[in-house]
Amino acid sequence: MTSVIVDYGSGNLHSVEKSFRKMANKLGADNILLTSCPERVANAERIILPGVGAFAACRDSLSRSGLFEAVEHATIRRGVPFLGICVGMQLLATVGLEHGHTPGFDWIPGQVEPVQPNDRKLKIPHMGWNELGPSLHHPLFHGLPPVTDVYFVHSYHFVPKDPAAAIAWTDYSGPIVAAVARDNICGVQFHPEKSQIAGLGIVGNFLSWRP
Amino acid sequence: MLKVRVIPCLDVKDGRIVKGINFVDLTDAGDPVEVARKYDSDGADELCFLDIAASQENRGTILNLASQTAETCFMPLTIGGGIRNNDDVEMLLRAGADKVSFNTAAVANPEVVSTAANRFGNQCIVVAIDAKAVDDGKWEIFTHGGRRSTGIDAIYFAREMERRGAGEILLTGIDTDGTKTGFNLELTRSVSSHVGIPVIASGGVGNLQHLVDGIIKGGASAVLAASIFHFGEHTIKEAKQHMAAAGIPVRIT
Repeated sequence: MTSVIVDYGSGNLHSVEKSFRKMANKLGADNILLTSCPERVANAERIILPGVGAFAACRDSLSRSGLFEAVEHATIRRGVPFLGICVGMQLLATVGLEHGHTPGFDWIPGQVEPVQPNDRKLKIPHMGWNELGPSLHHPLFHGLPPVTDVYFVHSYHFVPKDPAAAIAWTDYSGPIVAAVARDNICGVQFHPEKSQIAGLGIVGNFLSWRP
Repeated sequence: MLKVRVIPCLDVKDGRIVKGINFVDLTDAGDPVEVARKYDSDGADELCFLDIAASQENRGTILNLASQTAETCFMPLTIGGGIRNNDDVEMLLRAGADKVSFNTAAVANPEVVSTAANRFGNQCIVVAIDAKAVDDGKWEIFTHGGRRSTGIDAIYFAREMERRGAGEILLTGIDTDGTKTGFNLELTRSVSSHVGIPVIASGGVGNLQHLVDGIIKGGASAVLAASIFHFGEHTIKEAKQHMAAAGIPVRIT
């Protein structure tokens, strides 16, 4: 089994790779491969799509490198488990509004909009540790304590058309979708690779997920 | 609810911690990686390394440090010191830093912040501002460890950095830095109320109440401290308990 972390030149993949390697070793499970090769991505047994920076820039470099189609092939045609992290999760949406109007994978209908807390004095980005809620039933959250803080850093958020697509929320003077899921696909707005023990737990859960 | 972050900072020179460290339970208290691991297990929310003698020749040392820390600490790591351009940023991010902090280079040429934010995203660009009170109730930016005056107004500059794509401001009051008399609260409040991005208060923490003041009176989003944690005066946990008792939302691990 090879789990592939898609390298499309987006920011810091190092900590994502480290966290997945650590948990893969612990579980005696998958090989972790960081790659920018579309063929390897298309044939992966598990896909991890990280992403930092702007929606439009991420989408653009995925398309230019041929990785967009490769990810789509593995996830939709072959149905392997998919995890998107931060902008990698936002790319699941129909459209992103950061730096223009950019189409995403459209696997979970919705759009990616600016974070606008009701309390306008709150800072943007939404940066730091915030709590997951209300109840965490998805296998991704298996074994987490009832109160779990994870690390967020983002200025845009995913607003799914169907709120039931959200499997976890957080609050920043208004609701923010923390995670979405559908079939073999899931995505987290926060950074499990920077969320200490809770984050590593989520990484491990994804690696053993059999949707 | 978003938690207020407590960030221990390590001043590093040639791969070793500069300020004396007083952890009795560490075999090598001068090793930044070992201390980082200790802070990690104590529940620090982020870590910050400041390479105080950064130069072209010793760049490898801090890269090694970033890599080793990222190996064992799964939390956000900020690295500052001697960062001048996108090449520096890229090397550090690739090694394992999550954010980099510009200081002198941002003052000399604010454009470096725009280009770095465009390339790597606002979330990983921190701008460190060192400011000192000047005559007419204003604050001026100083560089080179507080020795060189720039004539630039700190609030103007902070707003400019936000406009250029900084994700966060690390604000140090030079007047209070190292004094253990607390943050410069007026400076912190002024900058924080004039920008929409988070401000990390730094410089002068001598006791746990100072951390509380930085948030409640200074309006900071996070607090950074070095000595009170290094010298074993207080643990991160004690700091958070004290802040929680004052009604500040913190992450208790």
